[in-house]
Amino acid sequence: MTTQTAPLISIRGLVKAYDAFTVLHGIDLDIAEGEVVCVIGPSGSGKSTLIRCINHLEAFSPDSTITVDGIRVEPGKALAQVRAEVGMVFQSFNLFPHMSVVRNVMLAPMRVRGTSAAEAERKARELLARVGIAEQADKFPGQLSGGQQQRVAIARALAMEPKVLLFDEPTSALDPEMVGEVLDVMRQLAGTGVTMVVVTHEMGFARQVADRVIFMDGGRLVEAGTPQEIFDRPSHERTRGFLRAVLNH
Amino acid sequence: MNLLNTFFNGPVLLASLPQLLQGLLVTLQIGITSIICGLIGGLFLSVTRLYAPGFARGLIRVYIDIFRSIPLLVLLIVVYYALPFVGIRLSPFLSAVTALSLVSAAYTAEIFRAGIEAIPKGQFEASAALGLSNRHTMVDVVLPQAIRIVIPPLTNNCINVLKDTALASVVAMPDLLKQATQAQALSANPTPLIGAALIYVALLWPMVAIVGRLEKHFSRGRS
Repeated sequence: MTTQTAPLISIRGLVKAYDAFTVLHGIDLDIAEGEVVCVIGPSGSGKSTLIRCINHLEAFSPDSTITVDGIRVEPGKALAQVRAEVGMVFQSFNLFPHMSVVRNVMLAPMRVRGTSAAEAERKARELLARVGIAEQADKFPGQLSGGQQQRVAIARALAMEPKVLLFDEPTSALDPEMVGEVLDVMRQLAGTGVTMVVVTHEMGFARQVADRVIFMDGGRLVEAGTPQEIFDRPSHERTRGFLRAVLNH
Repeated sequence: MNLLNTFFNGPVLLASLPQLLQGLLVTLQIGITSIICGLIGGLFLSVTRLYAPGFARGLIRVYIDIFRSIPLLVLLIVVYYALPFVGIRLSPFLSAVTALSLVSAAYTAEIFRAGIEAIPKGQFEASAALGLSNRHTMVDVVLPQAIRIVIPPLTNNCINVLKDTALASVVAMPDLLKQATQAQALSANPTPLIGAALIYVALLWPMVAIVGRLEKHFSRGRS
């Protein structure tokens, strides 16, 4: 085994700046297929911006490069292809409120992949069962609890059979008693071999599920390592300070 | 008694009624055609303004601002009396529909823009993240939600278009108002004008009431 497989996501010199304010100061990061990466760090450290660049919800400096499965992420025809391969789960769910839950999950496969309605619905109900809300399929998002809505959002992302799932603080908008049910679904997903990049404040989840933890601060990637390395033997003072603040409160 | 005979003269009203109803038909034809053209034009303008490159967006803004500023009567007279000098000769009906549609499209575009802007950014982001095209984002996600928001102001705009059809009488269009003034001249009695006014009110009052109900309904649902 001398050849190493190319990373699924490759980020080189990622710079993101608003007029006078730089959010990301040149991030380099490779993520391998099947890897579960948790991104932690204080608010405003650029973690959400980082993962929103991966599917180009945020435009970034044209000198930076991001590739997903060999396709360069940039405005144009190829972007739709990247987005079809990269699922995303948002902090505020962003379900489509005028469609039933099952329609929410069916829409993208039908419109983007051209899947037939019958096949899309079969698949959607299967996915809703997998995230534990089969019986809510014909309700509207507004009738569901936050935890249930976020599980629908996960099913909606999975319906495209993405190679990568991005989670942008998926439990931050949830009532505390609903955090567990969403984390359970994510933990189960992590075991299926899908590549996951998770921005989270749930240190317990990161420690338990991540293959690699990345600590960001001030728009820079401060350190990366296994959960044990980051949580038990952090090498940077800023990492230590952050972990002290979030773990001892 | 004299007042009744002058303004509410039964025999005069009855005699002019067929003429008034013919006029109403013309008013509805102008109104509905203009409303439909205005809706299509306005939707096209608002969606294009959202996605087109900067130059086209600027043009659309200029169009919207101009046609919201120009008095409809002035536009109608320009279309009917000025355009023939450059070889564009429109019938009274087409002149009225053109003027009304151009203005209605400008107002409708603004209404749709407000409706689309009221849709949370997260809906656009979720659509983009799923790989939906701009067209599918609009047709499947944004417009169905925006429609709920824009129905009250759109109905309001329809009322305005129907009312403004009365201006078509100045280009000799035999609409409800024109028929009424002709009947008035013929019978030397203003009752047909009162009749026309009552028909306008009977036509538009239900729509005005519906707008009020819709506005209340949607503001309640939003809380």
